[in-house]
Amino acid sequence: MIPMHKLVLAATVAATPLIAASAAQAEGEKYILVSHAPDSDSWWNTVKNAIALAGEQMDVEVEYRNPPTGDLADMARIIEQAAASGPDGIITTLADYDVLSGPIRSAVDSGVDVIIMNSGSPDQARELGALMYVGQPEYDAGLAAGQRAKDDGVASFLCVNHYISSPASSERCQGFADGLGVDLGEQMIDSGQDPSEIKNRVQAYLSSNPDTDAVLALGPTSANPTLQALDETGLAGDIYFGTFDLGAEIVQGIKDGVIEWGIDQQPFLQAYLPVVVMTNYHRYGVLPGNNINSGPGFVTADALEMVEEFAGEYR
Amino acid sequence: MADTPQLVMDERVKQISPMRRALIRPELGGIVGTVAVFIFFGLFAFDSGMFNSQGIMNWSVVSAQFMIIAVGACLLMIAGEFDLSVGSMIGFAGMMIAIFGVTLGWPMWIAILVTFALCVSIGALNGFIVVRTGLPSFIVTLAFLFILRGFTIFLPQTIERKTIIGGIREAAEGDWLANLFGGTIGKGFFTWMGEAGMIATFERGTREGQPVVDGIPMLIVWALGLVLVGHVLLTRTRFGNWIFAAGGDAEAARNSGVPVNRVKITMFMFTAFCATVFAACQVMEFGSAGADRGLLKEFEAIIAVVIGGALLTGGYGSVIGAALGALIFGVVQQGLFFAGVESSLFRVFLGVILLFAVILNTYIRRIITGER
Repeated sequence: MIPMHKLVLAATVAATPLIAASAAQAEGEKYILVSHAPDSDSWWNTVKNAIALAGEQMDVEVEYRNPPTGDLADMARIIEQAAASGPDGIITTLADYDVLSGPIRSAVDSGVDVIIMNSGSPDQARELGALMYVGQPEYDAGLAAGQRAKDDGVASFLCVNHYISSPASSERCQGFADGLGVDLGEQMIDSGQDPSEIKNRVQAYLSSNPDTDAVLALGPTSANPTLQALDETGLAGDIYFGTFDLGAEIVQGIKDGVIEWGIDQQPFLQAYLPVVVMTNYHRYGVLPGNNINSGPGFVTADALEMVEEFAGEYR
Repeated sequence: MADTPQLVMDERVKQISPMRRALIRPELGGIVGTVAVFIFFGLFAFDSGMFNSQGIMNWSVVSAQFMIIAVGACLLMIAGEFDLSVGSMIGFAGMMIAIFGVTLGWPMWIAILVTFALCVSIGALNGFIVVRTGLPSFIVTLAFLFILRGFTIFLPQTIERKTIIGGIREAAEGDWLANLFGGTIGKGFFTWMGEAGMIATFERGTREGQPVVDGIPMLIVWALGLVLVGHVLLTRTRFGNWIFAAGGDAEAARNSGVPVNRVKITMFMFTAFCATVFAACQVMEFGSAGADRGLLKEFEAIIAVVIGGALLTGGYGSVIGAALGALIFGVVQQGLFFAGVESSLFRVFLGVILLFAVILNTYIRRIITGER
């Protein structure tokens, strides 16, 4: 038998460098960003990069936290925990008001400043006593995209929803349908998160509904497999394809003329600005007087250079 | 049984020293692990907020959540079966409470009772299929993992056109049964501690001056209650012996008159019951049911049980051990955050520490019991 204390010591020694490394970052303020995204969602990499950059530039300590499976009840616990660890501020998404309002309000009341990013709405942010909301109103973005597609002659569509348990995702599809002036009905499919499943479901839908005019993907998770699906069925470039968010493959798709446009909500700003705003607020007491809309911006084949360079990293 | 006359010196009635009797308990590994984990975080995360009132409440609640499902999973595992549908059952049960109580507008206590009846029946169906077909419970409950998750997404999508149903807190206002799941106890005591300056109070807002922790959530009460009931059932009753027998060697148990099928089905029902308790506490606390609730919770329950010293093959284990396993898992999971571990390495650490806990536990058990 290996004596107990030796085992404990071994574990302790093994763990020490990493703990020390993260504690020895900056001496400044500490901010924690909590997202609702499961580990599998690659889009949030931009957010991680952005807060790391903001932390470096402002000389503050930043941390990124998320529930591994995207379970919002677990996210509520993470917010409670973040508040208990006594940071200067918390930047959080508000994916479900019912679940997250309690923990966020408790954090605000216990003296931690909060900024709502990405999901949620300006009204909800104000109700919870958050400093501001930084993000892209989901329904409005979907609506704008729908109107744009309608002008381009689209009358029916397929919404590939890879995150159906988040209300924000469905709102994008609903907004798009309303923008087109059609009923959403069965045009939204629950694609799941697995690439080959998404590809197959898109192909299945398009072959059983051959008169579909357009495809709307809600992010790289569903857009990348959809690109493949269109390639394999020979519909690439023929069918009207728009997507939310950007990524390397989406940018390539826009360049190739397969994707009409990508809606950039500029996640970089959603993570970067709250850190900058809060740091300046805590250091000098200055605070912008309004919410910040980080999007929507339509990225088309024009002016792709900068986007291409930083896609998946800062864009 | 204790006063069997010792005509022939039998191995089964051999005198065991009190010292060895104390050490041979299956919980010992769990106890050692718990102590080790607290020492570890005491050293690395002591002044990080982990041990202030909010911090303690945070890991206690998370541990209590694991405990509730671990008790069911533990008894089922001792009876020789698995339930992989626990996580889906949590999502499903929460959604049913929301659909009955909010969409259909039933009184909340009826919604909760009907949900319990429905979910326990599904548990019974799980068990019935397993004992009738002789298929591994692994496969049968894996099927239910998909079936229940599918309904949890389909039903609210069809009825309400969304995957999260809110408004449960409002619908449950003043309901006697709902308070049993979502309320807190000991408010007066915590208010007193807040006033006495023993725990922090809110600095601003409508709750200024009130303690940041305003009571013990019913979730924790349920967890401790279930652990107690499970422990007594397993160690102090005839039924408890049947559970061990059914999981140890089902054929031998059958031959000696143990109703193995009934025991197993009952344990499947109990597991479903625990999952429903988890779901009821969750929807009452958060006020909404979502299609993504409970993902992967079945594995968390199994991990807690195995850390607590139960054998995956059945026939050996303890509810107290599983409860300690849940505590270890909860404290490690939340504690790593307080210790400031880099978030992408967080799961690496979690895995390493869990593996370490199980190995340590198994080691200790082998040494003290001299088995295998």
